[in-house]
Amino acid sequence: MEDKPSEVVLFGSWYSPYTSRVALALKLKGIPFKYVEENLSNKSELLLKYNPTHKKVPVLLHNGMPICESLIILEYIDEVWNHAPKLLPEDPYQRARVRFWANYTDQKIMPASYPILLLKGEEKQKAIEDMEEMQRVLEEGIKQDFPEQFSFFNGNTMGLLDIVMGVNSYNYKAFHEVTNSEIIGPKNPKIFMWVNAMKEHPLMKDTLPPHDKVVAMLKSMIAPTPDV
Amino acid sequence: MATSEVKLLGAWPSPFVLRARIALNIKSVDYEFLQETFQPKSQLLLQSNPVYKKIPVLIHQDKPICESLIIVQYVDDVWSSNGPSILPLDPYDRAIARFWATYVDDKLFPAMKSIAGAKGEEERKRLIKEVEEGLALLEDAFKKITTKGNNNYSFFGGDQIGYLDIAFGSLLGWLRVTEITNGVKLFDQVKTPGLVNSAESFSSHGAVKDVMPETHKLLEFAKTLMPKLAHTN
Repeated sequence: MEDKPSEVVLFGSWYSPYTSRVALALKLKGIPFKYVEENLSNKSELLLKYNPTHKKVPVLLHNGMPICESLIILEYIDEVWNHAPKLLPEDPYQRARVRFWANYTDQKIMPASYPILLLKGEEKQKAIEDMEEMQRVLEEGIKQDFPEQFSFFNGNTMGLLDIVMGVNSYNYKAFHEVTNSEIIGPKNPKIFMWVNAMKEHPLMKDTLPPHDKVVAMLKSMIAPTPDV
Repeated sequence: MATSEVKLLGAWPSPFVLRARIALNIKSVDYEFLQETFQPKSQLLLQSNPVYKKIPVLIHQDKPICESLIIVQYVDDVWSSNGPSILPLDPYDRAIARFWATYVDDKLFPAMKSIAGAKGEEERKRLIKEVEEGLALLEDAFKKITTKGNNNYSFFGGDQIGYLDIAFGSLLGWLRVTEITNGVKLFDQVKTPGLVNSAESFSSHGAVKDVMPETHKLLEFAKTLMPKLAHTN
């Protein structure tokens, strides 16, 4: 099963937001690619060969060479296929802020959803409060760094930060439903408005899993003990 | 560019601050170094990095840039016509450099840092092994990168120090401190010859030698931190 070297292959998982980021970026740029769905409880030989360090999805294969880590893949895509739409802004300071908030999402916000899903009672409540604080920080930061933008932080088209944050929050209703919380809402008006605009973007709908599938997935991750 | 236009808020022992200094030096950028006071953290730090309240912070034309690797890329972007490129020119090489720099920050450095606070001999041994494995991976990456296309480069960045050299090299002092305080050899001619030889050239490089703290000074500094570290969770 030899792929042509110039082909672009994405190894991923349907419920991995990191995978969705890359799929979105490729579609945005109009880059044709082959998608390989990985069973993460039974990883393929190819995945282990292409990402021996972390053994994780997503992996982008281009010219037979693997690129790992979603944010690094997004920058690679923007550099290799440097036609419009550009994923990163031209201005160095704006680029630095986009990278900063993308990092913040990955270092802080992404890991913070697990405690909310998996903990109960007071611990869960604390986890929700921590997440709400992070969303508040994000709201303030976005207001300050991207004051003019309405639809996208990138201007007229989706950029790297829209992709990162958009994928993460697209199925917020599923998360709220399963965890009985309200992380994203009118109390963060700028983010709330932007998230709802993103949900309508055709590429988002085309790429991200539907609400019911995500609800089922999230429920399966929760330990089968009664809610305290 | 006027000196006061570029300020770096930092502290001499921090490997992350060192990264910013090396990048600015490579690009021959004049800057004012502001030594952070801590205890309490300065108003400038709290205002310019309200999210993390951490150094380094680069302040350029009154705008703050935070996170050391973001700062390095910013310096490379802004002063692109000064001196050599810090990031590799080829997109694939850039992705590889970013991958290993991220690895250093997400895996290697945290493991190294945790050794001092390890609870018990077993955990200490486990963390040391993690660091050794990480260094072995980097050594392997070094071999692949520096011998690409029949070359035999001294640095990850080729003939010149680059992004990954800065990311990893900035930790050399603390790596040595970890070795000394734990009585282990993590980094030597037998296990990691490529990295060791590169480290020597890195440490004596023009952009590095005047800003890299001496190991014995770091050791003295570490001793002031140790009693606290031994008692934290």
